[in-house]
Amino acid sequence: MKAFIARQAMGRKVRGPALVAKDGFSARYDLDRLGGTFSRPTHKLAGESYRGRILVLDTAKGGVASAWMLREMASRGVVPLALVFNSVNPIIAQGAAFGDITLVAGFEGDITTQIPHGATVEIDPAERTVRIVE
Amino acid sequence: MLAGEHGAAVKSAIEHQVRVGDFFGAADLVPVTQAHIMADTESLGEAGVAWVESLAKDDPKARVCVPTIMDPRGTDFAKTAVLRQPGWAVDLERRAVAAFSRLGIFMTDTCINYQTIQAPLRGESVAFGDTGVVIYSNSVCGARSNFEGGPSALAAGLTGRTPRYGFHLDEARRATVRIRADWTPVTLNDWGALGAVIGRLAGNYWAVPVVEGLQRVPSSDELKHFGAAMASFGSSALFHLVGITPEAARLEDVGGEKLSVHKGVKEQDVRALQSAYAGEKEIDVVVFSAPQLSLYELRTLAGLCEGRKFVKPLLAVTSPQVKPDADRFGLTERIERAGGHVLSGMCFYQSYAREIAEANGWKRLATNSTKMVNILGGYGYVPLLATMEQCVEAAEKGKLP
Repeated sequence: MKAFIARQAMGRKVRGPALVAKDGFSARYDLDRLGGTFSRPTHKLAGESYRGRILVLDTAKGGVASAWMLREMASRGVVPLALVFNSVNPIIAQGAAFGDITLVAGFEGDITTQIPHGATVEIDPAERTVRIVE
Repeated sequence: MLAGEHGAAVKSAIEHQVRVGDFFGAADLVPVTQAHIMADTESLGEAGVAWVESLAKDDPKARVCVPTIMDPRGTDFAKTAVLRQPGWAVDLERRAVAAFSRLGIFMTDTCINYQTIQAPLRGESVAFGDTGVVIYSNSVCGARSNFEGGPSALAAGLTGRTPRYGFHLDEARRATVRIRADWTPVTLNDWGALGAVIGRLAGNYWAVPVVEGLQRVPSSDELKHFGAAMASFGSSALFHLVGITPEAARLEDVGGEKLSVHKGVKEQDVRALQSAYAGEKEIDVVVFSAPQLSLYELRTLAGLCEGRKFVKPLLAVTSPQVKPDADRFGLTERIERAGGHVLSGMCFYQSYAREIAEANGWKRLATNSTKMVNILGGYGYVPLLATMEQCVEAAEKGKLP
């Protein structure tokens, strides 16, 4: 199993399918949070469902709303399983802490080019690892 | 606090801060003088409002201990019929207002607190939400704040401190990207578009652009649009303007002389960004918001409305601190005589933008806010960026010139 080490991590151990793109992430700017899809037309994952998926993206973008929104999305079960970013801003970390969402960030190289779209991935925040298991 | 001696709300707040601080490797917590919370109910949802309600209900000690103020709400309660917002959304807003008020928070409902409430000073550590507020406070005032999302800003209000990482640290405030402005903007949306171009070049939260070459000192409103767009497009929280902003009297004050010029930004770069939000001429609605308008922006707008009769809705959004002055000085009357509406204490994109678009048949939205055009695409709008003058003409004629 190929493993990647993250510099920053929080949350629970999870396993699931990866949704990968070299693009940013903002819950307010990019998502139809009721429908559970990426809705910004110019986003590389436009139209894709994020529910139960591990999002592997470049960086967090945009405003502060994601700090509340991740918990609200989790309360309805329409939420990503985990977030894997090359870099994060404080909002995503605050939102993940508040919403109890697994978050890892900071890798050797560009993580969006190292995990194939659709691969099954396992994240262990305690070990700060991301593993491709299938 | 962690032992619960200050109550359950403070315990929960400090635990949250420790989790975030550990994630970013914060050595300790820094005392803050003010907090500013972004907490519109579209973001909170029912789950978030219920959580805030439970804080006050379950813990009599749950009160903020430093001055804590509020970002715009999701409605102007006096204008819900104009917006055709759903009743459930307005009800949720009322519940949120009551819950936050019980925690001792001042419902100032503004994203221009640095123009209207109390601007922080150089070196002052604060815990501000709203990216536009943070970038202006850090850059123009020289204050120290990270982006503090609603739960974290509320935690800072309850504990009076925040994790010491990011822009609370000297080393994080040094320039990392050197930009030369080969053209100085003219209009507010030019300033916003230049901020957006630089935000994209900077690329992430931790990058700090230093900009040289501007040919004049911008106004507060111009830097308001510049910073808000930079934060929106680039997730940026701090910029330096050589010879203008307080930490960059000289390029070398922020380490800029050690950087080679990453790019000279020309007028054509700004126009290219603006042209990405142009094309359609017909419009459904004109909105001035994000950030809320200052008294001076409303003065300009009122002058442009003279002698016109609008055929399309025109919404101008300001703060509850500015609105009474706009009323007293006749600005509101002049804008509304032409058929516009002056709304107070809300922000357009935080006011159930998707629902009001469907209720009103709004899709093509003209604005002079570069920040707003970046946001509204995700809500199903076709956002069109134009000058304030062009937007007013569009409200009168139904299409942009």
